Amino acid sequence: MNLLKNLAISDTGFVFNPATGDSFSVNPIGLDILKHLKDGKSENEIRKHLLESYQTDKETVEKDLYDFFKMLDQLRLTEHD
Amino acid sequence: MSNKKALYERPLIQRINTGLMNKFGTKTEYAPVTHIDTFSVKDLITQYGSPVFVLSERTIRNTYKEANRAFKTRYLKVQFAWSYKTNYINAICNIFHQEGSWAEVVSGFEYAKALKNGVPGNRIIFNGPDKTDEDLRSAISNNSPIHIDHLDELYRLTELAVEMNKRPNVAIRVNMDTGIYPMWDRFGFNYENGQAWDAINKIILGDKLELIGLHCHIGTFMLSPSAYATAAYKLSDLALGIKQKFNKHIQYIDMGGGFASKNTLKGSFLPGEDTSPSFDQFAEAICTALLNAGFTDKDLPLLILETGRALIDEAGYLLGSVIANKRLADGRRATILDFGVNIMFTSFWYNHKISPAQEFSSYTEDTVMYGPLCMNIDVIRDHATLPPLKKDDHVVVHTVGAYNMTQWMQFIAMRPAVVLLGIDGKTHLIRKRETLENIEMNEVMPEFLKDFKIS
Ligand SMILES: Cc1ncc(COP(=O)(O)O)c(C=O)c1O
Repeated sequence: MNLLKNLAISDTGFVFNPATGDSFSVNPIGLDILKHLKDGKSENEIRKHLLESYQTDKETVEKDLYDFFKMLDQLRLTEHD
Repeated sequence: MSNKKALYERPLIQRINTGLMNKFGTKTEYAPVTHIDTFSVKDLITQYGSPVFVLSERTIRNTYKEANRAFKTRYLKVQFAWSYKTNYINAICNIFHQEGSWAEVVSGFEYAKALKNGVPGNRIIFNGPDKTDEDLRSAISNNSPIHIDHLDELYRLTELAVEMNKRPNVAIRVNMDTGIYPMWDRFGFNYENGQAWDAINKIILGDKLELIGLHCHIGTFMLSPSAYATAAYKLSDLALGIKQKFNKHIQYIDMGGGFASKNTLKGSFLPGEDTSPSFDQFAEAICTALLNAGFTDKDLPLLILETGRALIDEAGYLLGSVIANKRLADGRRATILDFGVNIMFTSFWYNHKISPAQEFSSYTEDTVMYGPLCMNIDVIRDHATLPPLKKDDHVVVHTVGAYNMTQWMQFIAMRPAVVLLGIDGKTHLIRKRETLENIEMNEVMPEFLKDFKIS
């Protein structure tokens, strides 16, 4: 899965889609994930990163990442090749 | 778990709708409520299970005192009568009785409850369209004020009075146009079309019943104090007319209940905390009307109030837990809670405030809140803005003290325990959680259905 190329992501958790003019807010973990996606990290790498950096477990990360990616799709912030 | 790792929270992303007012939630809603009075929500759930209703004794007594003060500082003779149907758990009724309330009942069952609680018969007001002969006989023997709803009741009561050789104390319920529509005209006798006078004439000229009062209950969740002023004028007009025509003193005017609580009605833009009138506003309207109606000092009637929801709603909370989260087909988040509309009847007409019971970051998400029933109608809130709740997190539903603990249904699940948060700093179980035995107690199994064999 890839994020839209020209998506603007600020360090304070604001996301702007210049193509549509829509803005979004993300919480710190959401921001962490978006930055990794922007850097071209794979889903597996992100999963691993979350497990290493946060007090959580595999099932929770699995479930929440799935949901978060679905939301990104829903909000049309991704492109699939 | 390593301490170096950061705290985890579910990742969230939400569209920002700039320029649009958010009509669904208020900021304060996200503020966690970890304690009620001094009691920890978590401990309450651990001790009494989830979900559980809790009622704050302090809030009940303070609210009562506030209402009493608002009226008594404006009018000398005021008497509250606790409306049993609003919440008739005996411990709750007795708090009101300890504060000095009479009882107001609308069925033989409620009447028996009030008697059993120890309320003297002449302090139990018997309202409602359905009083059986047995109910009426009991009320007559106990000298309870009987509020007559219709002519059939008036005639029957007259027959019973003759039969028992007693003179029952009665009032009539009057309905009227107070500028609030739809008008409640199904209970009592109409003021504008002369029915009320007709009933009064029949009672006084019949000379078998003692007319001691006039009653109205103009609606419920009323947001307009001026409607009460109109009602108080109209009842006063009847009382003064009775004095003039029959030289008969009417002892009391009973204004019923109906004051809005601090809940938020569905579809209203602003929270009830900001829009519901205060007791002072209702008291000012009613007392001014009575004082200006033209009574002489010695003829001023006792003012009775049957306030229900406004006295108890804020004292009640429902504590519950999150069962699951899911994403709906259209992308909305849904949270499934362990309490449904069967124990929160009032969710059909209020947007109850729901707070998380644990600390969160300030990030929030719009969510639909469903109950646990396997039924499509089981929606607690169509739309709430809350932090990312996860399975087993706790929530606090506010302002559920009125009608839920009487209109609740045993359906699919057991009804929860009810706990009083005492002023003594202790919790008191006032209604146990239901059990399978409670529910099956009244079932009867015919002999031929006792056994079966499934191959
Ligand atoms: C006759 C009567 N009195 C008092 C009440 C209590 O009303 P509320 O809870 O709106 O104050 C009711 C409720 O409908 C009622 O029917």
